[in-house]
Amino acid sequence: MDSASLLQFLISGLTVGSTYGLTALGFTIIFNTTGIINFAQGEFVMLGGMLSVFFMRIAGLDEASAIVLAVAAVTLAGALIERFTIRPVKDASIINLIIITIGVSIFIRGLAMLAWGKDTFALPPFSGDAPIALFGAVVMPQSIWVLAISLLILSGLKAFFSGTIYGKGMLACAQDKKAAYLVGISVERMVLLSFMISGLVGAVGGAILAPITLTSFDVGVILGLKGFAACILGGLGNPFGAAAGGLILGVLESFGAGLLSSAYKDAFAFIILLLLLFVRPSGLFGTREAKRV
Amino acid sequence: MKLKGLVLALAMAFLVSACSTEPESVKIGAVLSATGPASFLGEPEKNTMQMLQEEINAKGGVLGKKLEIVIYDDETDVNKCVLAAKKLLDKDGVVAVAGPSVSGNTLAIIKFFEEAKIPLVSCAASEKIVTPVNAWVFNTPQLDRHAVTRIMLDAKAKGLNNIAIITVSNGFGQSGRAVLQELLPPNGFNLVADEVYGPKDTDMTAQLTKIKAAGADAIICWGTNPGPAVVARNRVQLGIDTPLYMSHGVASKKFIELAGPAAEGIMLPAGRLIVADQIPDDNPQKPLLLSYAKAYTEKYNAPVSTFGGHGWDSIKLIVEAINMGKSAKPADIRDNLEKIKGFVGTGGVFNYSPENHNGLDENAFVMVVIKDGDWKIMD
Repeated sequence: MDSASLLQFLISGLTVGSTYGLTALGFTIIFNTTGIINFAQGEFVMLGGMLSVFFMRIAGLDEASAIVLAVAAVTLAGALIERFTIRPVKDASIINLIIITIGVSIFIRGLAMLAWGKDTFALPPFSGDAPIALFGAVVMPQSIWVLAISLLILSGLKAFFSGTIYGKGMLACAQDKKAAYLVGISVERMVLLSFMISGLVGAVGGAILAPITLTSFDVGVILGLKGFAACILGGLGNPFGAAAGGLILGVLESFGAGLLSSAYKDAFAFIILLLLLFVRPSGLFGTREAKRV
Repeated sequence: MKLKGLVLALAMAFLVSACSTEPESVKIGAVLSATGPASFLGEPEKNTMQMLQEEINAKGGVLGKKLEIVIYDDETDVNKCVLAAKKLLDKDGVVAVAGPSVSGNTLAIIKFFEEAKIPLVSCAASEKIVTPVNAWVFNTPQLDRHAVTRIMLDAKAKGLNNIAIITVSNGFGQSGRAVLQELLPPNGFNLVADEVYGPKDTDMTAQLTKIKAAGADAIICWGTNPGPAVVARNRVQLGIDTPLYMSHGVASKKFIELAGPAAEGIMLPAGRLIVADQIPDDNPQKPLLLSYAKAYTEKYNAPVSTFGGHGWDSIKLIVEAINMGKSAKPADIRDNLEKIKGFVGTGGVFNYSPENHNGLDENAFVMVVIKDGDWKIMD
């Protein structure tokens, strides 16, 4: 195998991996505030892509405004989901809330299918589709967009969680809800905010990925699954770990397909994931949870 | 007392006479996946059958009786399909059944038709439905084998001998892969790469990079949307100019829309329905295809699809068998189905025989190339 092919596998892996990483980031935000794994995260990504297509085609907007509008709509959807499905049962155990998010994901998927049908749709790439040559391999301009925007979101989140009072408040809620409440943090508002931010991140992901991956009512299922795996790989709750986990998973899959067998590429990536979890149960970048007695 | 006896006798006589009259309609059953994941198959089939029922009855029905098509929706669920099939056989008293829409459901109900001795004409394409031949089971779509043969004829003519294949890891892709693996080597082709991708995969550059390194003269991709569109896009992105063949699974406008400019120059075998206006006027299928497409589009305000055509073929073949033998008895329909020769359907010209319950060959396909966002028949 020549070095150009190896480089191509790496580039392909990073592109696919960034799709997993972006989904994984959304998981992290809600988990950090509420301890809930939001299984509707993949649906946020799907809605971001589908609504962008919808606003562009039906409403006849240009691509940039369609995407801005789609992201705003999904952020609002995140708020509505929190307000109407999570808040009314907020005293339920975490596992119940997780199951509610599974229900929400099925509901959203069903609605999307009824509204837009089962077809696949494509969004035009942001800056053309002429490939850029790089040491014998090729990079698509859209891949660079995706990597750059992912990086931007990641650093934005990092700054938000460690630098702003809201971000710190959200982290405090995850640590101990009652204590956060006692020091004057509005837990309800923080949970609402976390659903909105993860809706926003998911929708941005969906919109910038749609030109590469195409989009349909059910893309959220597999993205949610891979994104969750990326979270676990990187260490649940760590935004940097989630993004890195996604990229690593993508690269593993790509090399698995290229060097071993494309028939077993998913299996290959997941075997590595399992092995890693046996050795480091808290993930690559996770911190071991201390049990208080 | 006497009066009571008379009334009873009269009632009895009435009952007996009611039983002995012939049923005034010919009942054909259908199990279709009108909803669920395979509704893109079942819905046009159902629409077509309802349209045919009206059309045939308007022309005087079958053997002078009204044609009644009892249609059940199996929701693409194999259990519901089995229940519907049993209901058709046990309760509805149909003389023959058309459908199901998908191969898995068809294979699940075959044994009931053998027991009940009622013919089944499936709209599903799997080769397993008709090989080995089951006396009571037929199907109407073109087989993978016919599509592969058509592609091989084209590749041979162009001198493309080293072939790479890339197939999707679902039922459609893997049955295509098996046929490709079986037919390519004995026909003088070298299989230089055999790659697979998942139905939901969004990037196939790794597989295509491998294919590029393997030095193929042509690539054959076997899948249904959206995977092949991604293969087409990735091929252009990687700057691979090796000719690309697709399967008949993407003979829809949706593929051209999804692949965009990357679809240009891609070749595939397709049924004549989608290129009906381009086929020569002396082709026996032309008038039928044009009139079916026109009637369907007018009635349902939706574009015609190959799948609805499979429904058309199934019902029309059953009706043809009934008319041939002037009998609507299940056993006679079966016998006469096997005698059908040169029947012009939407999928091709059918020649059934005791050994061949599919009835089509590679001539059911034409090779088309995608040019300027549309199909062009190749010479």
